[in-house]
Amino acid sequence: MTQVETKRLAGPADLEKWREDVRRRASRVTQCIRVCTGPGCMAKGAAKLYGLFKQAVEQSGADIAVEAKCVGCHGLCACGPIVVIEPGEIFYQQVEEPDVAEIFRETVLGGRLVERLLYKDPASGKTAKTAAEIPFYKAQQRIALAGNGFINPTSLEDYLAIGGYTALPKALTTMTPEQVLETVEKSGLRGRGGGGFPTGRKWRSCREARGEPKYVICNGDEGDPGAFMDRVVMEGNPHAVLEGMVIGAYAIGSHQGYMYVRNEYPLSVERLKEAIVQAKEVGLLGEDILGSGFSFDIRINRGGGAFVCGESTALMASLEGRPGEPRAKYVHTVEHGLWDKPSNLNNVETWANVPTIINRGADWFAAIGTPKSKGTKVFSLVGEVVNTGLVEVPMGMTLRQIIFDVGGGLKGGKAFKAVQTGGPSGGCIPAQFLDTPVDFDALTHLGSMMGSGGMIVMSENTCMVNVARYFLNFLREESCGKCTPCREGLAQMLHVLDHITHGEGKPGDVECLQHVAEILEGTALCALGKTAAHPVLSTVRYFRDEYDAHILEKRCPAKECRGLFRYKIDEKACKACGLCRKHCPVQAIAGEKKVPHVIDQAKCTLCGTCFEKCPFSAILKV
Amino acid sequence: MAKKKATLTAEDKQGEQIDEIVSRYGGEVGMLIPMMQDLQAECGYLPAEQLRRLAERMELPLTRLYGIATFYSSFRLTPKGLHEVTLCVGTVCYLKGSGVISEMIRKEFRVDAGGTTPDGLFSFMPVNCVGACAVAPVMIVDGKYYDGVTQDAAREILRALPETQDAARKEAKK
Repeated sequence: MTQVETKRLAGPADLEKWREDVRRRASRVTQCIRVCTGPGCMAKGAAKLYGLFKQAVEQSGADIAVEAKCVGCHGLCACGPIVVIEPGEIFYQQVEEPDVAEIFRETVLGGRLVERLLYKDPASGKTAKTAAEIPFYKAQQRIALAGNGFINPTSLEDYLAIGGYTALPKALTTMTPEQVLETVEKSGLRGRGGGGFPTGRKWRSCREARGEPKYVICNGDEGDPGAFMDRVVMEGNPHAVLEGMVIGAYAIGSHQGYMYVRNEYPLSVERLKEAIVQAKEVGLLGEDILGSGFSFDIRINRGGGAFVCGESTALMASLEGRPGEPRAKYVHTVEHGLWDKPSNLNNVETWANVPTIINRGADWFAAIGTPKSKGTKVFSLVGEVVNTGLVEVPMGMTLRQIIFDVGGGLKGGKAFKAVQTGGPSGGCIPAQFLDTPVDFDALTHLGSMMGSGGMIVMSENTCMVNVARYFLNFLREESCGKCTPCREGLAQMLHVLDHITHGEGKPGDVECLQHVAEILEGTALCALGKTAAHPVLSTVRYFRDEYDAHILEKRCPAKECRGLFRYKIDEKACKACGLCRKHCPVQAIAGEKKVPHVIDQAKCTLCGTCFEKCPFSAILKV
Repeated sequence: MAKKKATLTAEDKQGEQIDEIVSRYGGEVGMLIPMMQDLQAECGYLPAEQLRRLAERMELPLTRLYGIATFYSSFRLTPKGLHEVTLCVGTVCYLKGSGVISEMIRKEFRVDAGGTTPDGLFSFMPVNCVGACAVAPVMIVDGKYYDGVTQDAAREILRALPETQDAARKEAKK
């Protein structure tokens, strides 16, 4: 049975035979416990759960064939850790260690539901038995994330079982490179990394560029804070990325590929490395792939913790063993990229879409989405939203549908203020544009951008000036310092914003910010600098009143900027417990037993200790 | 053979380490960053002496290596503390209070971002997003994730860190 695993596959027929064998063996396993090991669930102890389930399976000695399996992220991270039981696809959420025994006894052995662990829709109060019944999943359509949550990411056989590596033999044996190119072009796939450049056109330029060898690169340097879709794809279904890359390399005529993975994602590196070894062992990668005569190899490089390396020319500099400094792009990387050779770089999610496009055809893919943005997009829906996690939806779905229908609206019924898309290069979109269909062009039109797919929902409690300051500070720290507009411009803008958030702003500051922003946009060397002003410009555009409140009235409407609001004790809510008085570092709080306490505003340093310590939420920000 | 090994000086060993790392990547200049990453993984930081050796071995100017070491934030030129504390200050964690937590840690434990506490107890590294936004704010101590941390929780976790190598090992075993 295991002999097949290590044998090199001579051709597509061998692969199909193996796949049948895998499926036959899988059909003998009657029950499967799938434990989510995505980043969210792992942080909540999913690894331990998996261990316990495995132990339970081993110790049960039951007659039935049960298997416990680690799988990639299910997406609904807010409800983690998630455990799904086959058959029946029973979806248990917020599973804790003591629940393992009960799930095993009741559901796995007894075939009964553990009601209290099922998902309950807060809106309708209905209990959902399977993922498909949960509103969060209903509106989604999964292509890049299709295998996530089903397969063990470290098992090539699992990937085969769900139809993995069917596109590769199809491309290699039944299509010419030109036909593959045409399919990708016709599908309308655009780069998922942020720019939205047509993938097919990029591939063709690289194929037609003069110079050998040609390189194919996968950008896994997912640097946008608040975005983790590439991480989840790399860790949940690494073979899909590999398969996409091999197909791309075949179309472009490349024999060497690179994967550049972010330093903060050690597990992604591990999973991809493992996948590469597995694929090479059986001849799905390396010399003479599936007996087709086509050879392609992939090497992994880890990033060094520099955000700018997500920019293609900086990434290539890093691959060459140099500091990741971008260069001017009038010379295209498809002609002169890595080692000055034609290089085609795509993002993780883009590559993961390729196998499905080859399998189901360009027309199928092009039928999803909007006229100019085809297919689906994965978003990491985070911030003040109820259902934080990963969602994959067809392009053209409105922001409102994503945030309220899929995301379940805001936590604690707070009012929606803005959604930040596109990472540090993106912008904040206010409530009046919630009905905008999400695609590359619509978001750019609003002064934001698609970016790699981060979607951070902000409530009335978020100060937009502070958000702009946060992103600017981020970009200033990450600016490589090569070009003056970015290096100096960002520092100056941050200086002005610091003043504003400290209550030292003066009239004219906003105009000054806009002026510097314009210079940046027009003169910075790379996309990091050119788009760096987006967070400031978009917040000025939509939330000018907040800037004015900070500057003219020395007031922070969201009550976030220290010094621009005061603390006050709510007499009715105060139980006179004395905790705030005890903890106040400057003895600014007076009060006796049974008498509501009072803050002496003259003494108060606005440190916020009382606000944190009060067990009755009696300290107000005014 | 055994005798020869015994006479190896510390210097020889350091040389061997560099030789081994370089040969791991076939001496390719493009793999300079992975080589330095390996060196850091083995030593915990980039010792000046070893960087000089690596530069010599690769026939590159030492400035090139320093350029890389100071450009990429994951490289460190000083030894790290007993524990490694990473705090996510990505957008979501920041909005949920990790900025304040970072400030608290720096002040109360007298440590700079990227530095080590005066007593060598832990190195502190605020990073931009660890991709666990759903459970923000996130702090990672020696590879263990703590989700939804508050100022108080972070303080408590850090105060409870084992203070010696032995104690740390025992804790890890548990």
